[in-house]
Amino acid sequence: MTFALALEQLLNGLQLGVMLFLMAAGLTLIFGVMGLINLAHGSLYMVGAFACAVVAAWTGSFWIGLVASLACAAAAGAVVELLVIRRLYDRDHLDQVLATFALILMFSEGTRWLFGSFPLYLDIPPLLQGAVPLPGGAEYPVYRLAIIAAGAAVAFGLYMLISRTRLGMRIRAGESDREMIGALGVDIRTLYTVVFALGAALAGLAGALVGALQSVQVGMGEPVLILAFVVIVIGGIGSIKGALLGALLVGVTDTMGRFLLPKILALFVPPAQAGMIGGAAASMLIYIVMALILAVKPRGLFPAAHA
Amino acid sequence: MREAMIVNRENLINVILAGLLLAVPFAANAFGEPFYITLATRVAILALAATGLNLALGLGGLVSFGHAAFFGLGGYVAGILASHGFSGEPLLFGFSGTNQMWVIWPVAVILAGLVGLAIGAISLRTSGVYFIMITLAFAQMVYYFAVSWPAYGGEDGLSILVRNQFPGVMTMRPMSFFLICYVVLLVSVGLFALIRASRFGSALQATRQNEVRVATVGIQPYRIRLTAFVISAMMTGLAGALFADLNRFVSPSMLSWHMSGELIVLIILGGTGRLFGPLAGAALYVAFEYALGGITERWQFFLGLILLLVVLFARGGLLGLLAGRARHG
Repeated sequence: MTFALALEQLLNGLQLGVMLFLMAAGLTLIFGVMGLINLAHGSLYMVGAFACAVVAAWTGSFWIGLVASLACAAAAGAVVELLVIRRLYDRDHLDQVLATFALILMFSEGTRWLFGSFPLYLDIPPLLQGAVPLPGGAEYPVYRLAIIAAGAAVAFGLYMLISRTRLGMRIRAGESDREMIGALGVDIRTLYTVVFALGAALAGLAGALVGALQSVQVGMGEPVLILAFVVIVIGGIGSIKGALLGALLVGVTDTMGRFLLPKILALFVPPAQAGMIGGAAASMLIYIVMALILAVKPRGLFPAAHA
Repeated sequence: MREAMIVNRENLINVILAGLLLAVPFAANAFGEPFYITLATRVAILALAATGLNLALGLGGLVSFGHAAFFGLGGYVAGILASHGFSGEPLLFGFSGTNQMWVIWPVAVILAGLVGLAIGAISLRTSGVYFIMITLAFAQMVYYFAVSWPAYGGEDGLSILVRNQFPGVMTMRPMSFFLICYVVLLVSVGLFALIRASRFGSALQATRQNEVRVATVGIQPYRIRLTAFVISAMMTGLAGALFADLNRFVSPSMLSWHMSGELIVLIILGGTGRLFGPLAGAALYVAFEYALGGITERWQFFLGLILLLVVLFARGGLLGLLAGRARHG
């Protein structure tokens, strides 16, 4: 085990964390403002990835594909909000879970209908191909560094949006008192649609960025969705700051756990067994971390004021 | 007066439902279509699993999105005990597995109960959306463990070569196995009815309706809920053991979050909190799956659409449609 390898894994963990943040930010925003639990958020991630892969294949440009992924995911989010989601705000969480579960079935099967069961592939744009040297002698892909940078930029942009703009002011007002801002003349239905589309666009962006690292296929959003749930439960549902810290914690814990646990175990037991036990334990690690955090703080690290 | 009438109507429909489930396999047997016996067995087992969940979700209002963990656990108990019983390799303390259902069932039930106790003890400290997500996360933990632990097939699952034995019954005959599952289902539904009518059941329903009042009269909601959650996990675990024997195969897909979602769907399709809601829902679900699957390969799309319409526009489920509004709020 070298320093360079550990640094590489740490960066991988950061990259995973940043991507989880894009998912979790949308989920937590939608919950914070509208009180809605959206299981179909992973489907919007998938929509973004497919849009990017298809458009990039047509036009030959990853960047046009990236724009398309934002546009398609936001549009899909807005349509779903107008047709289905807005009927669910007054319902209990059980109805919300079921309706959005139904949406997942429809999105997944619909996508398979349109694009078939074979995965699509998305190439890393020429600008971001290659690798840069890391201190310690290893090399690290530029593209992954670019994802980390993009995630940091989005986090900053989101912070500015929410703390400095009129839309952000309304979002914050919506989080603290829904009826009041409606009474003050803000068109709350449009605000809800905008917030949902914004969350969808973030999910679509995450899908498109990750699509170039993995294959683009039906069901790709579901594991990410569940990790994003873990993130917002740890961070405190409704808190964007919590989502950021939770995402980085989960990303780094998961990646480093998979890297380190088998090695640590190898000091005590034979290597084959260490790999097996370590691998199984590492896959459970973030859930154990979640359980520990909840045992101390049942409402997450940064509990939102209400909810 | 009107209430009494509705109750009678619901009871009548319940009897018809139970009778239909029994009649289908006999008719299938008479016409030489054993496939329908398997379908009916699937309905009975899914109904059993959902009856377990209904205890937590319907009576206690605890929306557990992680019951697949208990379902899969029961399945793996059946699979692992059977595989050790077959190979003769010792499992624990010199015990080398078994192919006897009367040993497998208690092990599955107790193990599911213990895991339910651990998951419930942590999850029930929270409520609402947190509870939904945390139960989901714990179920995923079990799922990933099953996928990454290679000893029992990992991602590929584990086959049960010969269906496990029950004294005096030829379990490999579809009809006999159906009857076993049917009896287990009826006993469990009876247990559900007893629990619902008991002091404990009243307290459980009261915690759903008004937690503060329950605490005020001196009952701890947490204990009531935890007890309900554990019993619920046990019932679903038993269903899992039967399900593994039905398919003679157990894999991580029994633990997947789709399974948890399906169990909730069964309850909602049938009618939340109703005695025979899970059976009605399971029958409807398996019928949809079979009928739609015969028409189009894309049946999941239409299943999603139907589910969406039921949630948005027909909230009482099938029993709500047939037997009027539920008696309790």
